[in-house]
Amino acid sequence: MFSLLGSIGQQFEVRILDALFLNQLRKVYANGVEALSGIDLQVKEGDFFALLGPNGAGKTTVIGIVTSLVNKTSGTVSVFGYNLDKEREAAKACIGVVPQEANLNVFEKNENILVNQAGYYGVPRSVAKQRAEKYLKALHLWDRRDDIARNLSGGMKRRLMIARALVHEPRLLILDEPTAGVDIEIRRSMWDLMRELNDVGMTIILTTHYLEEAESLCRNIAIIDEGLIIENDTMSSVISKLQREVFVLTLEESIQEAPVLDGYKVFLRNEHEIEVEVEKKQSLNSLFETISDKGLHVSSMRTRSNRLEELFMRLVKGKTQSRYDTGRSGAERSTDHRASSRGELN
Amino acid sequence: MSVEPFVPPEELTHDSVEEPDLFRINLVGLTTIVVKEVRRVLRIWVQTIVPPAISMTLYFIIFGSLIGARIGEMSGVPYTTFIAPGLIMMSVITNSFGNVVSSFFSGKLQLHLEEMLVSPLSFTTIITGYVVGGVVRGLAVAVLVTFVASFFTELSIARPLITISVVVLTAMVFSLAGLLNAIFAQSFDDISIIPTFVLAPLTYLGGVFFSISLLSPFWQKVALANPILYMVNAFRYGMLGSSDIPIGTAYGIIIVALVGLFLTALFLLHRGIGIRA
Repeated sequence: MFSLLGSIGQQFEVRILDALFLNQLRKVYANGVEALSGIDLQVKEGDFFALLGPNGAGKTTVIGIVTSLVNKTSGTVSVFGYNLDKEREAAKACIGVVPQEANLNVFEKNENILVNQAGYYGVPRSVAKQRAEKYLKALHLWDRRDDIARNLSGGMKRRLMIARALVHEPRLLILDEPTAGVDIEIRRSMWDLMRELNDVGMTIILTTHYLEEAESLCRNIAIIDEGLIIENDTMSSVISKLQREVFVLTLEESIQEAPVLDGYKVFLRNEHEIEVEVEKKQSLNSLFETISDKGLHVSSMRTRSNRLEELFMRLVKGKTQSRYDTGRSGAERSTDHRASSRGELN
Repeated sequence: MSVEPFVPPEELTHDSVEEPDLFRINLVGLTTIVVKEVRRVLRIWVQTIVPPAISMTLYFIIFGSLIGARIGEMSGVPYTTFIAPGLIMMSVITNSFGNVVSSFFSGKLQLHLEEMLVSPLSFTTIITGYVVGGVVRGLAVAVLVTFVASFFTELSIARPLITISVVVLTAMVFSLAGLLNAIFAQSFDDISIIPTFVLAPLTYLGGVFFSISLLSPFWQKVALANPILYMVNAFRYGMLGSSDIPIGTAYGIIIVALVGLFLTALFLLHRGIGIRA
């Protein structure tokens, strides 16, 4: 582990392996709130890493400290081996960040925003202009290049921030809720973009409320809650910890009430759809046999909810569910959990 | 919306293994900040360039042509000629200060200052970039006000080197002062308090409209505590060849103010005061 290494040779090895290393990172704000209670985190170079947690868990504070927008109280931060205290500029040269809150110069032309940002990272103006074109096109904003940021929609501003974070082609890309408020088609194309960037070697750290997004994109995951890492593992290991999964079965027959299937919890969704909870130890073959014995025929099947979301809710349940601000109205929040569990948590 | 295929950055892998060239980064970054700041001044020229030209024209009409004609001479030159260097310096002071305070504070308020703060630019580069922006606006206004003044009085520059160096150094000092104001400011009120309650009184009492030889000995000593007095007089010395105070002392005070303000700004940014949580 990095924390145990001391020699120069070993540190060189870490410089290659660790895109981000946090050791006992702690943050107490001036108002006394302890946002981080001493967290350890290691993100390998080339990783696609998810950092999840409810609102107020400390995700944005972590990102703020790594990007030098928040002063840490104690602990160590290294980016590709560059210590943020001792080699701040070199560490920051490796990072591109998409913040949660829009921080664009709304009176500046969109193309200039990218060219300026590239300049802050030492990219000469002629190259910066080419890069601005490339990333504005990639994020579908090229036709708005001469417009000012104020005239963009919320989703467009978010895409512009992604293009801005990419324009100096960083080794580590940190995305804090990058697809919030972005329509589904653009969101999917942004996923493709992130995958391609990761494929060419860019390390990506993602925080998101769309847990389907994290499950689909990320190989490793840390879940943070109340300033502590409560889960840190590979995505597959985390998913495998789930004890049950819920499937939605579409039936050929029309039914008025949920059938009784021995050993399974069944809920009626509508006259052609039922939900069935399947324990990890139960096989799907036996489920289909049981359904068939009831004279019912399944025409299609899908998982009801995002699996990661199930785990997430289980981990933070009780402690944080009440303060989990989904960003929706109270009426929306009070609707059946099933409605909110098809990919998007908020 | 149709989705175009994304072309991944081919050079990413190549670039990523190189050590960051911090000298190049800061050089390009400085140029970028200066270009951005100058473009900002030009983009909103109606707010940045025109108002000082109008207000200085009014000063020349009222204090120069109307009242000045009755005053006669001051320090051996016609009153209009006497106030011309002071009015030019007043424009430089208010505009270099105003440029940096408004640009830096709006960056804080809209959060786009974070673009620079997350970048590898050193704080020295960021400070220098804003200061150059303030100096450019200060000098642009100085040229314009000098042009306006030429309609009211005959202007000559007795010592060009002193004239130019003093105006540039003064613009630098007040750009840094504007930066400090912006660093501490949390609201729009905070960026108007200093210009209104500190800068304006010091400027008006800094020998723009009168020679301190008119004051009683006690008030002359009080006036010597005003740093703007030294700047105005040094500039007047450069243009007219006469000054209330020794030019060497004036340079000393300007340099001390410059270094002091720069180091203070650097310290504050390093500590994250006013810019980091």
